[in-house]
Amino acid sequence: MATGTEPVVEVVDLAQTPLRDLNARLHAAADGPDAPRRWRVSNPGGRHAIAVGLDAPFEVDVDGHVGYYCAGMNQQAVVRVHGNCGVGVAENMMSGSVVVEGNASQSAGATGRGGLLLIRGDASSRCGISMKGIDIVVRGDVGHMSAFMAQKGRLLVCGDAGDALGDSIYEARLYVRGAVAGLGADCIEKEVHDEHAAEIRTLLDQAGIDDVDPTEFRRYGSARELYNFKVDHAGEF
Amino acid sequence: MALRESALFNREVIAEIQRAAREGVYDIRGFGAKRRLPHFDDLLLLGASVSRYPLEGYRERCDTNVVLGTRHAKRPLELDIPITIAGMSFGALSAPAKEALGRGASAMGTSTTTGDGGMTPEERAASKTLVYQLLPSRYGMNPDDLRRADAIEIVIGQGAKPGGGGILLGQKISDRVAEMRDLPPGIDQRSACRHPDWTGPDDLEIKIEELREITDWEKPIFIKIGASRTYYDVALAVKAGADVIVLDGMQGGTAATQDVFIEHVGIPTLPAVRLAVDALQELGMHRRIQLVVSGGIRSGADVAKALALGADAVSIGVAALIALGDNSPAFASDYERIGTEPGFYDDWQEGRDPVGISTQDDELAARFDPELGGRRLANYLRTMVLETQTLARACGKSHVQNLEPEDLVALTVEAAAMARVPLAGTNWIPGTPDG
Repeated sequence: MATGTEPVVEVVDLAQTPLRDLNARLHAAADGPDAPRRWRVSNPGGRHAIAVGLDAPFEVDVDGHVGYYCAGMNQQAVVRVHGNCGVGVAENMMSGSVVVEGNASQSAGATGRGGLLLIRGDASSRCGISMKGIDIVVRGDVGHMSAFMAQKGRLLVCGDAGDALGDSIYEARLYVRGAVAGLGADCIEKEVHDEHAAEIRTLLDQAGIDDVDPTEFRRYGSARELYNFKVDHAGEF
Repeated sequence: MALRESALFNREVIAEIQRAAREGVYDIRGFGAKRRLPHFDDLLLLGASVSRYPLEGYRERCDTNVVLGTRHAKRPLELDIPITIAGMSFGALSAPAKEALGRGASAMGTSTTTGDGGMTPEERAASKTLVYQLLPSRYGMNPDDLRRADAIEIVIGQGAKPGGGGILLGQKISDRVAEMRDLPPGIDQRSACRHPDWTGPDDLEIKIEELREITDWEKPIFIKIGASRTYYDVALAVKAGADVIVLDGMQGGTAATQDVFIEHVGIPTLPAVRLAVDALQELGMHRRIQLVVSGGIRSGADVAKALALGADAVSIGVAALIALGDNSPAFASDYERIGTEPGFYDDWQEGRDPVGISTQDDELAARFDPELGGRRLANYLRTMVLETQTLARACGKSHVQNLEPEDLVALTVEAAAMARVPLAGTNWIPGTPDG
């Protein structure tokens, strides 16, 4: 039972409420000073585009599995998915954080420009594709082509990485604790210096992961050989 | 014996083989296809006579307005003229050039479009109606700009390179361009050719739903395709939920693409319009989803013919840059210094444009006056509109959109087959059951 001291939680049941109403209410509430700051979404039922385009310091808990693009383009909000995610969770996130308690399908955190995406399970292929400043922490494994054309930000993988990790990578930093099936074009292993060790610890702290040894991670990044086109490199693409 | 040039190995071909042998890499350039292609020049309009009557050229009303995005969007674009400005990036173009496009378009009550590199404040401020592109690279993409935009254009391809991604060479990746794109300055940027978070029409439908949800279903969603398998691509864009389809024929311009790509991939605008209209009509969506056609639009004649074939509006890119001052004879000596001359300059990828349009060099960009450029563009658009109205009135139309295929004939067998209008002086439409 709610008491006067407990924060108000706005509950939206997607079995009863159209998705359009949920997102419209979340958008409208961003402008209201008296709007509820905590939201709970029940019965998501794998629907797409849940809690997209938020721009307020809300906390949104989604109880169940979601479809594509959950928390897409998030700004400021904390969105927690208590289930698995479809394609493109937190795509193009700008700030705030998105936590996936289960697994995430492909293109998790695609093109994200800021904020933190934490996936407690595994992430499928193309995790962090074209990332532009987002931090992504995956407790499990990531699939093939992860961090493809990754431009900025950090991807930290506590498990293994699939084939072609970091293909055509720019300045993003990749940390992997487990095995890497293969590196993509222009992606190489690099030394872990103090600065990187500190970065790994910070990412683990932010993710609340304390049962992993930060010294077990290896670092990968761009060889910067493909930044300017040279015909001698044509065969590497 | 007189000198005899080979038709197969002519001077251009020989020069290209020699260049390739010297440099070991394909030629990258700007502009659009330069080869002769079937085009609107191969069509003629049938003016009114005894069997039809015309409207008074200087007196009777001939409207030009068009509404784009009526299918789903709460706020469709209401344009005064059926000629829009195509997507061209800040990066490919200087900031003052982008501003000038906005000024010219706004003066004439039409829209302009961002490009592969995000939205600049100058462009937004100068553009009354601005279409924001969502490209595979997602450079500069952010929800604030999405909400600031008047429409969203999902770019799947462009006519100069269907199946190819953008290129911006290092000399144009200035600090500002690099920052907007989250890239290191000075690199040769080669954008992805596929979107990072969807594959195929079923995913695209879900992506469109997300964009509509983010923007509360206010903005029209355009889908831009390069002309290739146009009938099927348009049908799938309809299925995916597009409000507007932007169809760019192979003559469409580019700031930097491999020459072999520009000249050998895709189909011309002329047959592409016909195929797009076929798909829309068969699905019962013609005029419910608007069709914007680009790729080689130069004059009111091209506009009138595109509209007659079933387009709702056209879009211009190369022509708009020429109106701003690109290839101007006033810069003949500057062009000579970089090894070219007015009328031939197409090395927009190099960033050495003496006019200050296709450059990121501050000194060159400072040569370009956005107010003057905007006025020139408005003049050019005004001229095209007057030409279009003149032709429409001659065909007896009180609105330019009332032009129809029945107003057209073709000059060549190829154009008759592609546009599916009769060869002039005959009833023959090659390729049809009766043809």
